[in-house]
Amino acid sequence: MAEDLALKFKEQFPLLERTVRGGKPLIYLDSGATSQKPTVVLDAERAFYEQHNSAVHRGAHQLAEEATDAYESARATIAGFIGATPGELVFTKNATESLNLVAYAFLNSTLETERGLEVDPRFVLRPGDEIVVTEMEHHANLIPWQELAAKTGATLRWFGLTDDGRLDMSNLNDLINEKTKVVSVVHQSNILGTINPVTDIAKRAHEVGALMVVDACQSVPHIPVDVKALGADFIAWSGHKMYGPMGIGCLWGRTELLKVMPPFITGGSMIKKVTMESSTYADPPQRFEAGVPMAAQAVGLAQAVDFINELGIENLAAHEHELTGYALDKLNVMPGIRIIGPTENVDRGAAISFEVDGVHAHDIGQVLDDAGVAVRVGHHCAAPACQRYGVTATVRASFAGYNTKADVDALVAAIKRAQEFFGVAGDSVEGATDGS
Amino acid sequence: MDLESMYQEVILDHYRSPHGKGELDPFDAEVFHVNPTCGDEVTLRVKLSDDADPLVEGLGHVGQGCSISQASASVLFDQVNGQPLSEAMPIVDEFSMLMYSATSDVDIATLDDEKLGDAIAFEGVAKYPARIKCALLSWMAFREAVETAQASKTN
Ligand SMILES: Cc1ncc(COP(=O)(O)O)c(C=O)c1O
Repeated sequence: MAEDLALKFKEQFPLLERTVRGGKPLIYLDSGATSQKPTVVLDAERAFYEQHNSAVHRGAHQLAEEATDAYESARATIAGFIGATPGELVFTKNATESLNLVAYAFLNSTLETERGLEVDPRFVLRPGDEIVVTEMEHHANLIPWQELAAKTGATLRWFGLTDDGRLDMSNLNDLINEKTKVVSVVHQSNILGTINPVTDIAKRAHEVGALMVVDACQSVPHIPVDVKALGADFIAWSGHKMYGPMGIGCLWGRTELLKVMPPFITGGSMIKKVTMESSTYADPPQRFEAGVPMAAQAVGLAQAVDFINELGIENLAAHEHELTGYALDKLNVMPGIRIIGPTENVDRGAAISFEVDGVHAHDIGQVLDDAGVAVRVGHHCAAPACQRYGVTATVRASFAGYNTKADVDALVAAIKRAQEFFGVAGDSVEGATDGS
Repeated sequence: MDLESMYQEVILDHYRSPHGKGELDPFDAEVFHVNPTCGDEVTLRVKLSDDADPLVEGLGHVGQGCSISQASASVLFDQVNGQPLSEAMPIVDEFSMLMYSATSDVDIATLDDEKLGDAIAFEGVAKYPARIKCALLSWMAFREAVETAQASKTN
């Protein structure tokens, strides 16, 4: 996608027209945290509320029918986007809830066996069983597994990281072994940008009979993801990072697995038969969608999918890949900059974390903000990855379809300004970048 | 805003050569405070005298963080070390009020410049909600450390 196409794409996002900090044009480089929303998505949500609003799956009136229809066809659109069928797609609040839903299926199954109930043994964890994650997980894909291990007596193990920001795959067969019951790996790291070989990992997990979960929060919005090709059993992601609304997330799971999983959140709309003593539960996906669901957000997210499809996720991916390469080329040669994560534009996505010598990330963020450049600073909810690379905080620039090379140039200029402001530019900045 | 109003020279000076940095030993209390949003952390130790109005006989801080959190720990040291608690704690109160001056109805004019000393330079930081915690980090740690030290002495 050429620069002018990116600009055309950008025009569809009203927020990106605003200024910040006293009239500076906004340069939004924080799509890894949440993306901005195009007008069509905002309009779709509004149209739902103006014309069809009512409680999904409840009520005998026309509006209820329309709302249910809108909600279920949104499910079909979104499932189609990842090559899945609607029955395999569960709506949640966000990726965090999706991942917890899976972790709690293990916990609840384990508790049920202890009460003598019959459950699928794949979801039962006992002391000695192992759970495998990686050192680059977002806390959303770490803490639920830590909790699960603590509550069941299972052992949490993890892939370490190489110095260049990749998974250390050297002990794959030892790490994932006969004791492993579940493996959960981030597809694209939100902090390092690394795209992990999840298909290879899934293959190994399945060899030993373990289930494979993929945190696809940073991949589904940015690169083509087809669940059949991926080889995972579950994938989780959030709507708000893919031009969709906040308040909706997705969990895709293989039907056969969803069918045997106990619910996580219980209440209305997820039941089959209820008596005062006990209840039976609806089939998936309803079993996992207790309460009145977020229909307007589902409609908005389906619209976001249509919006992406119009341009093509392959084209968006190519654009972001090019932008990432452009940014890496600049940052790699900038004195005083250390990239935390792969420095090569191979198997890596559009999120670049870095440190600036002599200036804390938070201070860099402040100077960037003063120039209208919005980045995230801190540990990015991936504290163990920071510890691995010996930093307490990084600066992260992350791109989406609406970003341009001019945005990268603005980032680079603002970093230089920060270096000058904090007096760390002098010794190093001359030399290498002079004349370039 | 201009960056200079936030990063006043005094702040940058304290950042570059912080006062009170180091592990105090012996000490009466040690506390560890973090700012989970940005990863700033401080471990702060205090030693109090046995007077009726105890003196802050020693204060040491170690940690990692942005210029604001590091500089404010240094200023804290300057303002409270060697002071009796009857004077030190009101300074902490004044500084908290200063930090919330932009987001509450505290009138900066009513604050006591003398108590605040260099801490007045953090006025610009108060306009940035995300940075208020950085500035307050060691001050809140100090408050807790004093409470812990006093509790241990009365036991
Ligand atoms: C890789 C990754 N996993 C999980 C999450 C959690 O997403 P959410 O906060 O929307 O639940 C995020 C986003 O913050 C993420 O980047």
